[in-house]
Amino acid sequence: MKNMKVFANWKKLDKNFREKTVNYGIVLVAFLVIQILSATGNLKNSISGQLVPICTYVVMAISLNLVVGFLGELSLGHAGFMSLGAFSGTLFWVLNCETLPRPVALIAAFLIGGVVAGIFGFIIGIPVLRLRGDYLAIVTLAFGEIIKTVLNALYLGLDSNGFHLSMKDTMSLGMEADGKVLINGAIGITGISKASSFVIGIVLVLITLFVVMNLVDSRAGRAIKSIRDNRIAAESIGIPITKYKMMAFITSAVLAGMAGVLYALNYSTLVAKKFDYNTSILVLVFVVLGGMGNIRGSIIAATVLTILPELLRSVADYRMLVYAILLIAMMIFTQSPKAIAWRAVMVEKIKARRPGKGKMKQGEEG
Amino acid sequence: MALLEVRNLGIAFGGLQAVSQLDMTIETGHLYGLIGPNGAGKTTAFNMLTGMYTPTEGNITLDGVDITGKTPEFISKHGVARTFQNIRLFDGLSVLDNVKLGLHNQMKYSMWDGIFRTPKYRVKEAEMNHQAMKLLKIFDLDKEANLLASSLPYGKQRKLEIARALATNPKLLLLDEPAAGMNPQETDELMKTVRFVRDEFGIAILLIEHDMNFVMGICEEITVLDHGQCIAHGTGKEVRNNPKVVAAYLGGE
Amino acid sequence: MQFLGFLVNGISLGSVYAIIALGYTMVYGIAKMLNFAHGDVIMVGGYVISTCMTSMGMNPLLSVLVGMVACTILGITVERVAYKPLREAPSLAVLITAIGVSYLLQNAALLIFGSATKSFNSVVGVKPITLFDGALTITGEALVTIVVGVVVMIGLTLFVNRTKMGHAMLAVSEDKGAAQLMGIDVNATISLTFAIGSGLAAVAGALLCSSYPSLSPTTGAMPGIKAFVAAVFGGIGSIPGAMLGGILLGIIENLSKAYISTQLSDAIVFGVLIVVLLVKPTGLLGKKISEKV
Repeated sequence: MKNMKVFANWKKLDKNFREKTVNYGIVLVAFLVIQILSATGNLKNSISGQLVPICTYVVMAISLNLVVGFLGELSLGHAGFMSLGAFSGTLFWVLNCETLPRPVALIAAFLIGGVVAGIFGFIIGIPVLRLRGDYLAIVTLAFGEIIKTVLNALYLGLDSNGFHLSMKDTMSLGMEADGKVLINGAIGITGISKASSFVIGIVLVLITLFVVMNLVDSRAGRAIKSIRDNRIAAESIGIPITKYKMMAFITSAVLAGMAGVLYALNYSTLVAKKFDYNTSILVLVFVVLGGMGNIRGSIIAATVLTILPELLRSVADYRMLVYAILLIAMMIFTQSPKAIAWRAVMVEKIKARRPGKGKMKQGEEG
Repeated sequence: MALLEVRNLGIAFGGLQAVSQLDMTIETGHLYGLIGPNGAGKTTAFNMLTGMYTPTEGNITLDGVDITGKTPEFISKHGVARTFQNIRLFDGLSVLDNVKLGLHNQMKYSMWDGIFRTPKYRVKEAEMNHQAMKLLKIFDLDKEANLLASSLPYGKQRKLEIARALATNPKLLLLDEPAAGMNPQETDELMKTVRFVRDEFGIAILLIEHDMNFVMGICEEITVLDHGQCIAHGTGKEVRNNPKVVAAYLGGE
Repeated sequence: MQFLGFLVNGISLGSVYAIIALGYTMVYGIAKMLNFAHGDVIMVGGYVISTCMTSMGMNPLLSVLVGMVACTILGITVERVAYKPLREAPSLAVLITAIGVSYLLQNAALLIFGSATKSFNSVVGVKPITLFDGALTITGEALVTIVVGVVVMIGLTLFVNRTKMGHAMLAVSEDKGAAQLMGIDVNATISLTFAIGSGLAAVAGALLCSSYPSLSPTTGAMPGIKAFVAAVFGGIGSIPGAMLGGILLGIIENLSKAYISTQLSDAIVFGVLIVVLLVKPTGLLGKKISEKV
């Protein structure tokens, strides 16, 4: 009886509130199901190895959605922020995981990763956000590649005299005998004490959901969406465009930086090459397939598309080929005007069979 | 001193002088019309008044503040609001949110209040909702508050644009062809609404319109532009009988 | 003298970029889409030419011709199957589809040819020339690349400006709707653009693989991105812009490799792009876009 009442009241609740609750619910249920499967030994190894990457990509997709879906600017350099967060957070972790209490060091590593990525988001945002459309896209791609190239050629060592930095090789660091190489160019950071877990991943996903969903559904979020819908009108009613573009861009960078820390601490080595434009594009695929401005879509797309190659293992060598074909097919099916029209016709037909079930188009994204 | 003083205003795009030597004085509470044939430079004048374009000569003073060449944001905060010839709403947002965006600079709370849902967030959001619904009611849009702006019929979209502009609490409202695409009955209704807005909010309204019945019926003062120049100025009657105006509209010399 | 050598190699690399960038820019101009798969067409061209030469023993020139035909057909097919249904869809949808096509081509190549890097026999038979008493040697590949680059640029400019089909391309890129009303077959024109762009990509593939004689499924990815940068650099949509951007990019890349750092040369290339776009937001020769309010 009580359940019925809850259900009846549910429909009366504010739509945004309902959307949010469902999103949190999806994440929590997924968490519980995985925990149960894992406790009863029913979780395949290939899947359990993907849990942290899935959380990483969910955070990446939601944060990129803030820029692409809600602000309406195409960014192709999101992996760059992930990389900056990964390197700065991991560096802190490597230096402090034995001296500080582990939880403290871990939380600090995440914060540092986020803050460093956020600072770079600000620095890069100043020039980038002056540009528009495809030009903005290519410049973000360029920044992403610059970050990758520089980190790939970066050497950092620590000895009794302090830190040494070089862009050439370990020799030119000029360290004392007790010196330790921290970042070794293309080899990156090695010997990381792994710290990421599914629980930490889920917590980060929930934090990301909390920040992005509340931001989007507030005064600032409205301003961000207004720039996407009509920049000129937004200017005419006195919305400070640059401020809100920057806010979306930096928030997104901070979250990507934290995702980078989560990802890096899941492995014993960290190399810059992992975070190239292919990774940025991969995340963009999640956002577009999940639906621009649709947070739930981002979660689902990032999860499904990260597991998909694993599920396609049965077709072994063909799996990436199948993935590519599925991607093209999905885009054509969900985005082409003809396919959309065809779907609308089908929906009408189904509705006609079940009278009274038709829903009014209402409100906005979830 | 008058609310809006425009002196010797002009703009050139490359070699093309789109508007030149425009003078206008608008008092608070006035209904002022800006008319002229297509391509006369009316919308360009609006764009200069709202900071979308930077004038190449002359100056604009609003309520004693020089707003010449300032950003649209600055000008909006100082009390000029506008609508657009080709309606510019926030299509992906609800009708209510469109108006709440107009209130953006009136009722403030920070990004952190928004993320952490502080009491300040609740208070300000409630205030915004209240204020926005009040405005929507004036334009008979309160029932559509939760619909997407893009799903409204054309006439209601025009009204919503006016409501959003009014939400910014302007001293001067610029309407760019508000009656375009409306039938005579809707135009009549719009005339009443415009007068009501002027009286209720005590603001000045400057409008561009091609519908002569509308302009003559509502505006107390009219400036006629042709090829970027002011060719006539006065009351409706004076303007109508001005041979230059007749020539400009009929295309004769 | 050393500098001159680096410069010549830079111009040679730049010519390859320019040829690829022309494909990017033409497709962008006409279909308003960033064709991310364009770089992979280069790779396909490389494999086809390589197979013709080594497995079938064809002569190099004929092999290049077969490569061009294959890429042209590929380009037209991809446009028809993957891009055309999305012509009226949001531009991001097309972008993602292009990425899908890129994955498809790379993975198809991976299945057919394997992931190992193959050596590529140069298609160029010209002997290197030595200047200034042996102080400067220019390889035959560099020489041929520059000559082909110049010929392609002149040929394409004449084609676009002097022929009816070229005018149709300009018209479609200016305004699709109006072009249709003027009786231009928009679909055929777009197909033609993809055909030319893909054919040129095969040429670029032959030249690139001859100068840097290796071939793998990802061979086309980085040159593709660089050429895309070159197109934006010169002003995307502009044919002279793509040429200028391509050659400048090649020179900058080679000189920074020689004098600053091999590892950081890519960062420098992208850095220059950013500076140029900040000073001239639509690229060196791009049209200024003014927004109507």
